[in-house]
Amino acid sequence: METLVEFFSFKYINIGYVVFGTVLLSISSSIVGCFTFVKKKSLVGDVVSHAILPGICIAFIISDSKDPFFLIVGAFITGWTSILVMDAITRNTKIKEDAATGLALSVFFGVGILLMTHIQHSGNANQSGLDTFLFGKAAALIGEDLVAFSIIAIIVLLIVFLFFKEFKLISFDPNFAKAIGLPIKKMEILLTSVTVLAVVTGVQAVGVVLMAAMLITPAAAARFWTNQLSKMILLAALFGAFSGVSGAFISYSAPSMPTGPWMVMILSIIAIISFFFAPKKGILIRQLRRVAIRRQLLEENLLKTFYRIGENSTNYFNKVNENDLGLIRNFSPKQLTNGLKKLKKNGYINKALSQWYLTNDGYEKGKRITRLHRLWELYLTEYLRIAPDHVHEDADTIEHVITPELESRLEKLLDYPTTDPHSSAIPK
Amino acid sequence: MANHTIIPAENPALEVHDLTVSYEKKPVLWGIDFTIPKGALCGIIGPNGAGKSTLIKAIMKLVDINSGYVKIFNKELDSIRKQVSYVPQRESVDWDFPASVIDVALMGRYSRLGLFKKPRKADKDAAMKALEMVGMDMFSKRQISQLSGGQQQRVFLARALVQEAEIYLLDEPFAGVDAATEKSIVEILKNLASQGKTIIAVHHDLQSVENYFDWVLLLNLRLVSCGPISEVFTPSLLEEAYGGKLTLLSEVGDLVKKGEFKAREKQ
Repeated sequence: METLVEFFSFKYINIGYVVFGTVLLSISSSIVGCFTFVKKKSLVGDVVSHAILPGICIAFIISDSKDPFFLIVGAFITGWTSILVMDAITRNTKIKEDAATGLALSVFFGVGILLMTHIQHSGNANQSGLDTFLFGKAAALIGEDLVAFSIIAIIVLLIVFLFFKEFKLISFDPNFAKAIGLPIKKMEILLTSVTVLAVVTGVQAVGVVLMAAMLITPAAAARFWTNQLSKMILLAALFGAFSGVSGAFISYSAPSMPTGPWMVMILSIIAIISFFFAPKKGILIRQLRRVAIRRQLLEENLLKTFYRIGENSTNYFNKVNENDLGLIRNFSPKQLTNGLKKLKKNGYINKALSQWYLTNDGYEKGKRITRLHRLWELYLTEYLRIAPDHVHEDADTIEHVITPELESRLEKLLDYPTTDPHSSAIPK
Repeated sequence: MANHTIIPAENPALEVHDLTVSYEKKPVLWGIDFTIPKGALCGIIGPNGAGKSTLIKAIMKLVDINSGYVKIFNKELDSIRKQVSYVPQRESVDWDFPASVIDVALMGRYSRLGLFKKPRKADKDAAMKALEMVGMDMFSKRQISQLSGGQQQRVFLARALVQEAEIYLLDEPFAGVDAATEKSIVEILKNLASQGKTIIAVHHDLQSVENYFDWVLLLNLRLVSCGPISEVFTPSLLEEAYGGKLTLLSEVGDLVKKGEFKAREKQ
C-alpha cells in the first residue's frame, strides 16, 4: 500500500515521466491497433515492428548518434518499406499474403540483427544502449527521448481523431469510399503512416518482439465488449492506459521486473477476462446460457410427461411417482431429483407423500408444450411432406423454441387443427 | 455482326466509349460502347464471368481501364461524383465489422460532409429517412452482423439513397435476398426512375428482366446489345449472349495474360 501511495504521489519526478510516457505510447498503439484489427491486417504490426530495426541501425551508422529524431526517421522509413514490399510481393507474384508477411518480417529483421551485430563489434563507444530497441526500455524513458516519442504519440492520436470517419469507411468498405470520391490512396497512406509511427513509438516501451501484442491485444479484448467502433477504440485506449500504469507500477515496486513485458502481461489478462466474462460474447455467459437452456428443456419435458400421464388417465391432477414418469420418458435419476425440485420451487408441481401432482400453472404449461409439439408435427407432415413417423424427434426440440407469436401463426396456417398426424388431440 | 442491336440513347445519362478492361492482366471487357438515357431503369444481363460487375466497377473507376472513357451527363466522373451513387456487392464487405445499421447508412453522407466534420442531426435524419424507405428504420441500432442477407442489401440501398444522387449503379442488388426484399427493392428503383433518376443494375434472373427493367444491356465479354427492352431483349440476342459462341475471345484473353501483353500497346 505504501508503495502504491508513493508511486502515485510521483515523489520522484522520473516516475511521473515513465508513467506519462508508457500511458501515452500504449494508448496510441491501442487505438491504431483497432484499425489494423478490423481491417484483418493484425500481422502488419508484427512485420513493421521487426522491420524498424534495420532503420534504426542505418540511422545510427549514418548519423553516428542516438538522437531520437534520426532514429525515428530511420525506423519510419524501413517500417514503411516493409509494408510496400509485402504489397509488391502479393501483387506481382503468386505468393499469398501470409507467406509475404513472413518473408518481409524475417528478411527485414535479419538485416536488422546483422547491422546491430556489426555496430556492436565496431568498437563505437556511442553504441551502448542501442540494443534496448530489441526489448524496450520503458523504465528509462526520460529526457529528450520522452519528449520526442510523446510528440509522435500525440500526433498519432490527433490524426486518428480528425480522420476517424474516413478511417472507419476505408476499413469497412474501401470500394464505396473510392466511389464517393474519398481520396482513398491518401487516406490509406495516412493510416499506414500512423500505424508505423505508433509501432515506432510503442517499440520504445515493449521492444520489437512484444509490439504486435501492444497493437492487437487491446483491440481484440475491446471487441468482446462492444459492437461500435468508436466505443471499441475508447475501450482499447483504456485497456492500454491501464496496462501502462500497471506496468510502470510493477516495475517500480519490484525493480527486477521489466515494465514492457508486464504491460503485455496485463493486457493479456484483460483479454482473457474479456474472452470469458464479456456479456453476450464471453464464453462464461454463453456457457451459462447453455446451462439455462438445458434446465428449461428438462423442466418442460417433465411437465409434458405429467400432462401425458394425465391424458392417459383423464385426470390431469393425479398423483404421480417417479417410476410413472420414467415409463413415459427416459430421465436419469439425477435429472428427476433436480428437475422435480426445481418445478416445485417454481410452483408448477406439488408434493404429497413422495408423490407429485401438477398445480394449475403446471397443467397449463404442460398442455402448451404438448400442443406446440403436436402443432409442429402437423406442420412438418403437411408443409414439408415428412412422414408422420419421422416428425417426433424434430418436434421434441422445436416445441421449446416456438414463441407465442409463432404459435398463433402456426395455428392459423394449419387452420386451427384439432388432431396431430398420430391422431392425438391437440389441446386448446 | 450487325451493329443495330446497340441503340443509341438521346439525352444520355451515361456514355461508355470503347472501354477495354483487364482483370489480373486478362482482358475481360472488349471495346464496350453504349449509351443509356436519363431516367432509364437498365439491367445489365449476362452469364457468369461476362464482366458485368467489372463494367460497373470500370464506370466507377474502381478498376483501371486499358482504353476508352466513361462520361456521366457528359462529364468526367470526378467532376460529378456527388450525383453518382454506387451499391457494391453485398459480399464485398465484412459484416462482422463493429458498426450499426445507422452507421452504415450515414456513410452515404460522408462525401457531403467533407473532411473533419462529424455527422450532425440533419445527417442522421436523412439516414433515418432512407432507412425508412427500405423498411429498416426499426433496426437502426442493430449490429450489422445480426442482419439477414436481404436486410444487409436494404441497408446498402439506404446508404445509396442517402446520397440523393441522379444516377445509381447497383452491383447484384438481388443476389441472395428474400422475395419480399427483392420486391420492395424493385419498387424503390422503379420509383426513383419515375422521378427521372437513372438506374443501372447488374441482374441475373432472366425470368424477371421484363418486369423489372425498361432498358437492357446484354453482355458477354463484349457488348451483345443495349437498348429498350422491346428491341434488344430477344431470343436470338439472348442466345448470342448466353450461347458461349465466343470461346475464342476468352482463349485469346488467356494468351494475353500468359504472355503478359498489354491489352493496348500504348497506354
